[in-house]
Amino acid sequence: MTALEIARDVRGGARSAREVVEEHLAAIAFREGELHAFNLVLADEARARADEVDRRVAAGEDPGPLAGVPVAVKDNLCTRGVPTTCSSRILDGWRPPYDATVVTRLREAGAVLVGKTNMDEFAMGSSTENSAFGPTRNPRDPSRVPGGSSGGSAAAVAAGFAAVALGSDTGGSIRQPAALCGVVGLKPTYGLVSRYGLVAFASSLDQIGPLGATVADAALALEVIAGHDPADSTSIPQPPPALAGVLSDGVDGLRIGIVRELMGGIDADVAARVAAAAAALEAAGAKVDEASVPALGLGLSAYYLIATAEASSNLARYDGVRYGLRVDGEDITAMYGATRAAGFGAEVKRRIMLGTYALSAGYYDAYYGQAQRVRTLVIRDFEAAYASYDLLLTPTTPSTAFLLGAKTDNPLAMYLSDVCTIPSNLAGHPAVSVPYGTGDDGLPVGVQLLAPALGEATMLRAAAVLEAAGS
Amino acid sequence: MTAAWEMVIGLEVHTELATATKLFCSCRNAFGDEPNTNICPVCLGLPGSLPVLNRHAVELAMRVGLALQSRVEPSIFHRKNYFYPDMPKDYQVSQYDQPINVGGALELPDGSRVGITRAHMEEDTGKTTHVGGGGGRIHGADHSLVDYNRAGVPLVEIVSEPDIHSADQAKAYVNELRSILVAVGASDARMEEGSLRIDANISMRRAGTDALGTRTEIKNLNSVRSLGRALEYEARRQIGLLEAGEAVVQETRHWNEEEGRTSSMRSKEEAYDYRYFPEPDLVALEPPAAWQAEVGAALPALPAARRARLAEVAGVGAGESVATVVQQGLDRLVIAAVEAGADGRLALNRAANELVNRPLPDPTAFATVLKMESGGRLTATQAKAVLAELAESGGDPEAIARAKGFEALAGDVVAEAVDQAIVAHPGEWGRFVGGEAKLAGFFVGKVMAATRGKADGKAVTRLLQERAG
Repeated sequence: MTALEIARDVRGGARSAREVVEEHLAAIAFREGELHAFNLVLADEARARADEVDRRVAAGEDPGPLAGVPVAVKDNLCTRGVPTTCSSRILDGWRPPYDATVVTRLREAGAVLVGKTNMDEFAMGSSTENSAFGPTRNPRDPSRVPGGSSGGSAAAVAAGFAAVALGSDTGGSIRQPAALCGVVGLKPTYGLVSRYGLVAFASSLDQIGPLGATVADAALALEVIAGHDPADSTSIPQPPPALAGVLSDGVDGLRIGIVRELMGGIDADVAARVAAAAAALEAAGAKVDEASVPALGLGLSAYYLIATAEASSNLARYDGVRYGLRVDGEDITAMYGATRAAGFGAEVKRRIMLGTYALSAGYYDAYYGQAQRVRTLVIRDFEAAYASYDLLLTPTTPSTAFLLGAKTDNPLAMYLSDVCTIPSNLAGHPAVSVPYGTGDDGLPVGVQLLAPALGEATMLRAAAVLEAAGS
Repeated sequence: MTAAWEMVIGLEVHTELATATKLFCSCRNAFGDEPNTNICPVCLGLPGSLPVLNRHAVELAMRVGLALQSRVEPSIFHRKNYFYPDMPKDYQVSQYDQPINVGGALELPDGSRVGITRAHMEEDTGKTTHVGGGGGRIHGADHSLVDYNRAGVPLVEIVSEPDIHSADQAKAYVNELRSILVAVGASDARMEEGSLRIDANISMRRAGTDALGTRTEIKNLNSVRSLGRALEYEARRQIGLLEAGEAVVQETRHWNEEEGRTSSMRSKEEAYDYRYFPEPDLVALEPPAAWQAEVGAALPALPAARRARLAEVAGVGAGESVATVVQQGLDRLVIAAVEAGADGRLALNRAANELVNRPLPDPTAFATVLKMESGGRLTATQAKAVLAELAESGGDPEAIARAKGFEALAGDVVAEAVDQAIVAHPGEWGRFVGGEAKLAGFFVGKVMAATRGKADGKAVTRLLQERAG
């Protein structure tokens, strides 16, 4: 059942929220041991919450648009009193004294939180193998990775553990796992969803977004979590776009460009699905042709300087002084070193070192400064493209889900799996990955639609067309 | 200080802004509360928390800038990265190369002018107390206690040009700056509570030359007196090195108040690399012109303008008593007294010398005392006594004078005492008449003794001169 159907039935009294949550907890009990989508399953809390929703329905109240919908949230979203680990040992024992704004909004919409999902440590990775608590496996083929870093959220939706899930997307961390697990993953416009309570990886790139089984479910969840939040200075101070009403508006007359620069280095079976998606959009009335957005080819390099620079600063606070892990040392400097050496995994350390280097005196202009100039070029080239196109179309990832361990020894190969998703983060634009058939190996392929800032409604109209054409 | 050398000093003054809440959260900005009671996820830098800029802090920062004749410019915040336990995020949010206030100048009471480079906003750190050994410093301490109440308190750092050339001028600069900060309501500027802290950059050069020498930066100056002492010490130390043919090392030095000396903290090579970069969690700050105009229009008269007005009303030049009276906030009282008919110079002097750190007397009563003194009805000593009583307890000056037995003596009583003194001391009188003017004091003394101090010295002198013809 989709989230839309669950909420409709629970609000109308056709099903109880308790019944719905028991089904999902049963699915978790059956397969979580194999998949490890969660760092923490909140079974008792979910049941209590579902009963509360049912009481409200019985009392004639409307619990909200997500009434009784089981949701999972990535373990970098703060949940009051509930451990929030970022899949890192360094946050050992920490329980946030507050809820992230999105968690509050889910609850106020009647959702039932079933658990905190596994992720690459501090969202650094593309396979969910960089978790201190072990990898998550792909529900479509457990020998393969679910993608990352929101791999637990994607797997939870694909396995029916939750109807919708929230992830965070800094360079593709919602869209890439959504593609590899065969679900819909949406990165909203930067500033559309409050980051308050999202443990930061790279603040200027991070954005929270939904993963769902359908385009309509992702749209529904986005409508719930979007909107201005005075606690986030980068939150857009205007009402979010309305989505539910426009999903069936079609693409007749839309101009859609296939981004030439992001078709190189893509597996043939994935490229074929992109071509098929283009044909489907054309058949639905869109005008599709090839677009050139030159600076997008430079995005990956710029991204790995900006993201690591911001991360090196954001992760400085994990020093053992106030919360989380502390490993004692002879003096304060030794304590810092011992704590961070024991608390962070290899990929996190690698990125902190890269970012520290990029910001160092004498290197700033050559690395961080240059990367910001590339970022400006990416934005400029997108703007030029959107003068001619309403939307852009690309693959979400260069390949289908790879085997566990296939890229763990080669960080660069891992980084390259984000090449198509990174430009939207650099520009702050929305993008969505929609499942569109399978590759030669029978595993899901995702295609990606990109839109200019606050272009979610148009983008989701096209996503709905692809969803209908692909099923 | 030898005349062969000139000090070149630039000051960085950090002042806590007098906001109700912190710079990026709604915690109370208060001194002296129980440790770690004014804290929240934001000022503790908990994972996931985000800063939101305090509008009132921006307004107070603009007041500081406008009072220092700075330009308010579009600005951004940076992160200054370094590890220290009292910094919750292990970076400080501060303004760097695009500060809110750019340029400006501060005019000192002696008429000298010190350029202002910038006055930027930043957040304060928490406060660490090092316990057990190490003399209160982190190295050698047994353990440390951190109070985060101060973490996130808004600061403005005012950076001067290297336009200051003596310890006295540096002290005058800080005093003037404090007066301005208090006048515009930006800060209480209480150094004893740490709400105003100074770092001093100093180098020496041969008098008459323009080149800048190698400078040192002195930290930990928390009183105007320490500032003066540290600068004098550091100047002597640098001159000693230079005259011995040695080089001054560019470094940060710590002022030890008890030992009265500076010592090396870290050299330029050991200086932190702060890895500044723009703070991505905040947006650009661009106060609209209308807001700036509103803030500027609401600024009160500043000390320099008040000094000019006071000097004009009192009919005197710029001088120490004018500066003191303004600094002590007594200028309105003096001006009111002059407008009520009191003598300007006398009003200034009495205010500067008798009323500092006393309750303000009623302006009309103050004017009355001054007029009684000018008119010869009270001696200077008596007038001071009446003023003291007036300031402490209020009341009617005439009644106070009467109660103290200060009724002015009738002119003929004084004249009679003068004549008696002349008759009693013919030898001295002869010498006085013969031109030995200093003997006036002798006769005034005799008359004062005879009248038990109630005669007016000036009147006695006048009578003596008349008698001498």
